[in-house]
Amino acid sequence: MNIVVNNKWIGQRTIRPDGVDKVTGRAAFAADTAMPGMIWGKVLRSPHPHARIRSIDTSRAEALPGVKAVVTSRDVVDFPLDKSVMLGIQDMRWMCRNVMARDKALFPGHPIAAVAATTEAIAAKACELIEVDYEVLPWSIEIDDAIRPDAQILHESITFQGKPSNIVGQLEHKKGDIEAGFKQADVIIERTFTTRPVHQGYIEPHACLISVAADGKTTIWSSSQGQFMVRAMTAYLTGIPQSDIRAIPAEIGGGFGGKTIVYLEPLATLLAKKSGRPVKMVMTREEVMRATGPTSGSKNTVKIGARKDGTIVAAQGTFYLQAGAFPGSPIRGAAGCSFAPYDIANVLSVGYDVCSNRSKVAAYRAPGAPIGAYAVECVLDEVAESLNMDPLDFRLKNAAKQGTKAAHGPVFPRIGYIETLEAAKTAPHYSTPIGKLQGRGVASGFWFNAGGESSAQVNITEDGNVVVTTGHPDIGGSRAGIANICAELLGIDYRRVSVIIGDTQTVGFSNLTGGSRVLFASAMVVTQAAEKVINTLRERAAKIWEIDPEAVKWENGAAHPASPNAGQFEPLTLEDLAEKAPMQGGPIGAGVQLNTQGADGGFGTHICDVEVDIELGIARVIRYTAVQDVGRAVHPGYVEGQLQGGVAQGIGWALNEEYIYRSDGKVDNPGFLDYRMPVCSDLPMLDTILVEVPNPKHPQGVKGVGEVPLVPVMAAVANAIYRATGKRFYALPMSPPKVLEGLEQPIQQAAE
Amino acid sequence: MTDIRYVAPQTLDEAIGAYAAAGSAARILAGGTDLLVQMRSGAVKPGLIVDIKKVRELTAVEEISGGGFRIGAAVPGAVLAEHPRFRQTWPGVLEAVNLIGSTQVQGRASAGGNLCNASPAGAIVTVQGPDGRRELKVEDVPAGPGRTNLKPGEILVSFTLPPRPPGSSDAYLRMIPRTEMDIAVVGCGVSLTLKDGVCTHARVGLGAVAPTALLVEPAAQALIGSRLDDTALTAAANACRAACRPIDDKRGTIAYRTQIAGVLLKRTTNIAAERAQGK
Repeated sequence: MNIVVNNKWIGQRTIRPDGVDKVTGRAAFAADTAMPGMIWGKVLRSPHPHARIRSIDTSRAEALPGVKAVVTSRDVVDFPLDKSVMLGIQDMRWMCRNVMARDKALFPGHPIAAVAATTEAIAAKACELIEVDYEVLPWSIEIDDAIRPDAQILHESITFQGKPSNIVGQLEHKKGDIEAGFKQADVIIERTFTTRPVHQGYIEPHACLISVAADGKTTIWSSSQGQFMVRAMTAYLTGIPQSDIRAIPAEIGGGFGGKTIVYLEPLATLLAKKSGRPVKMVMTREEVMRATGPTSGSKNTVKIGARKDGTIVAAQGTFYLQAGAFPGSPIRGAAGCSFAPYDIANVLSVGYDVCSNRSKVAAYRAPGAPIGAYAVECVLDEVAESLNMDPLDFRLKNAAKQGTKAAHGPVFPRIGYIETLEAAKTAPHYSTPIGKLQGRGVASGFWFNAGGESSAQVNITEDGNVVVTTGHPDIGGSRAGIANICAELLGIDYRRVSVIIGDTQTVGFSNLTGGSRVLFASAMVVTQAAEKVINTLRERAAKIWEIDPEAVKWENGAAHPASPNAGQFEPLTLEDLAEKAPMQGGPIGAGVQLNTQGADGGFGTHICDVEVDIELGIARVIRYTAVQDVGRAVHPGYVEGQLQGGVAQGIGWALNEEYIYRSDGKVDNPGFLDYRMPVCSDLPMLDTILVEVPNPKHPQGVKGVGEVPLVPVMAAVANAIYRATGKRFYALPMSPPKVLEGLEQPIQQAAE
Repeated sequence: MTDIRYVAPQTLDEAIGAYAAAGSAARILAGGTDLLVQMRSGAVKPGLIVDIKKVRELTAVEEISGGGFRIGAAVPGAVLAEHPRFRQTWPGVLEAVNLIGSTQVQGRASAGGNLCNASPAGAIVTVQGPDGRRELKVEDVPAGPGRTNLKPGEILVSFTLPPRPPGSSDAYLRMIPRTEMDIAVVGCGVSLTLKDGVCTHARVGLGAVAPTALLVEPAAQALIGSRLDDTALTAAANACRAACRPIDDKRGTIAYRTQIAGVLLKRTTNIAAERAQGK
């Protein structure tokens, strides 16, 4: 495939298609939908971190006037524990137990029952009337507690080393001979790090409205990162065939990975089916914080050995990640991504999936990769320091490039990691002097990126404009990117292309919005569809001109004779051909469905300056530059926004975000006041440098960009704090009390 | 399902009548930045909401003779910030009020509603109830977290900030992990008067380090008579730390809060002193 150059629209900062709706409040999010006869669903949640459910009596709730339906796990399709049923990365054995506890409640907030009633208040009251007989069990939340030999086991059916265990999965990547590698090292540094679970923090809570008609035809309006995922999971968990479920994607108010699974949709479907009324459910922020997936907390040990000349000869990582109540923590990202930026002869990277009594984790932006990179990139900083090397030079010396075999398997094609390091090194930021109590840190990161299934339909309207339908909820600018690409290919003004997101029954199967795959994959199907449309247009012009279609070229939005030899004809524009379509073979349009291949991984390198108030323990980021190989920035404004958003989330993870637990195992800060994501005034302008090393396997050179920017951040911040204070911190978040404690300021001050 | 009644009386007497009659089921609504949040979370379910923003005295900022101010209990922070002269006299009080929430919240939130914050201004509070009007010191209003010394049916009417001698100013700092939209881990207010470089009068208030805001008299005494040199500041900081009776909670630890109280005392005093000297 040829990379398009001299673009008119690709690379332009066009007005975002969803912009006007969003700034005027017209955009319809899931909670904005309503139907005649609609009633409200509420969930009764477990107050206990771990308890056997002896019985549930719903009779008093059902008797409450206004209550129309009550459902429990008896109504949810059971997937027996002895057989795995995978849907994407989710196992339906665990999904059916996560949406509604079966025999055991496994975390505070675990759904026990759901009620639908004529008002929210009645539904809430009915939940209080449900009597649950619990046998409270011992519980554990932290990894160290969960893996103790005497820990209470969450899932007796899962064994590790022959015994029931809360270690529910293991993954190992191996390259070379780790022992022999460390023997070659002049410097070896080994450190242990902990990170806390952090939430994706999407502003829009989970919400849905679901109607089940008398004939079983089901319509779902909901906010998710994949209407097809919603349809499939709801079908699995309710027994309704997928052909009867129309899942309509609402405008989405943030996902960051956290909306790649369902919580409410199966329950609302069951309530709607039982009651015969449309059922609406909207989570409170507290429910979001207690019962939806954050990413894992972790405990990681990383050991890196290097020779005096700066060559890394061996690297070993052990990554324990909290899965929450059910197996499935992102050990693949932690163990697989963390050493990937480096060409290291001997690597051993092992991940352990650990269950404990907290909500089941969900994907969060490059799942697992930031956790692993935090540990690895901090140790690299120490190794570079002990070798007296500039941290970027140290990374350059060991950088992965085309032909490097990564420990997780692939041999890298042409990649742009070195370009990010060089751009960081020459960025004005890197050479700007810094002041007292300020420090500058750097770190890099990698994410796999993904391709997979996408579908698109490109239709020419009767008036000669274009409607593109794709199957992915737009959480990062895919509509704008696709409009740019389509305008480019068809040679027409961007404003003549309307991009919409189809529902499950109007567009072909399209996998989740996740894995930084959407623009990569949908640009491929849209390009092929647009090329088919252009061929049709050329054929139509050829027929009108009575020449061979090969003698017609498409340029600037019109058919032209390919050369003077083809004849002298006035160009036929898209409008002309649309108008003539009824007499010339009918409607013009094309659909393409592909399982896309060729997604290349993404690399980024970040520079972070902090200033530390050593009396208060507050570290503030005062300057930040994110450099990333983005392949091709189809819409640079959106690409920069992705980088800035990832960095903002990483700074929160580094400095303040954490779940705080009470002694009874419940989260004590289930809201944005005390779960401290950064606010605007916490951050400086986040600068970006877009390095473009086009992906040769993609028609526009696209690489995924949305996840890489979160990966290096925590290490960049930690390394900067070290340079500012001379103190290394091995645990997140580096919040004021911990920084102050680390600086031993209280002892010094008290002695004054 | 019980209904919530809402009234917005035009006069204080009507407001007190409705409020007192409804007893413990009633809640006062000024800016609503606490009440509405509590209602949404289900923490409170009032039977009656008395909106006091229609009562003129409660929403007025008046200058009193000699250069003091009377501030209605429902005056939002943003309105106080726009007053042409209040900022010059009581910059620290204004800082304390306008550290609350965000710009949007400051358009609603009032000093009256946030009385549990440290206020070192030496203010007098006017309250009125079924038994008439009375005045009390601002530091005597809070009784504990979420509790006040107001009698049943009493409504906070206004704060009176006295006139100030020349060389007086104040400052307020709070420690929050973020830069806004946060609850103080520690708050510190200092009001002082300087004459020829010597501190002749001081009041020191601390917030979030005890069940109620603290007026730290030993810290004030450490400052009075000094030139606010390092020795005096360290003594005052240590007095602040000694006065702390904080708890460990999700917002901060005992050790951290105690340490920070002293740091903030020094910083706040320095700002107030610079202002008092017209710097």
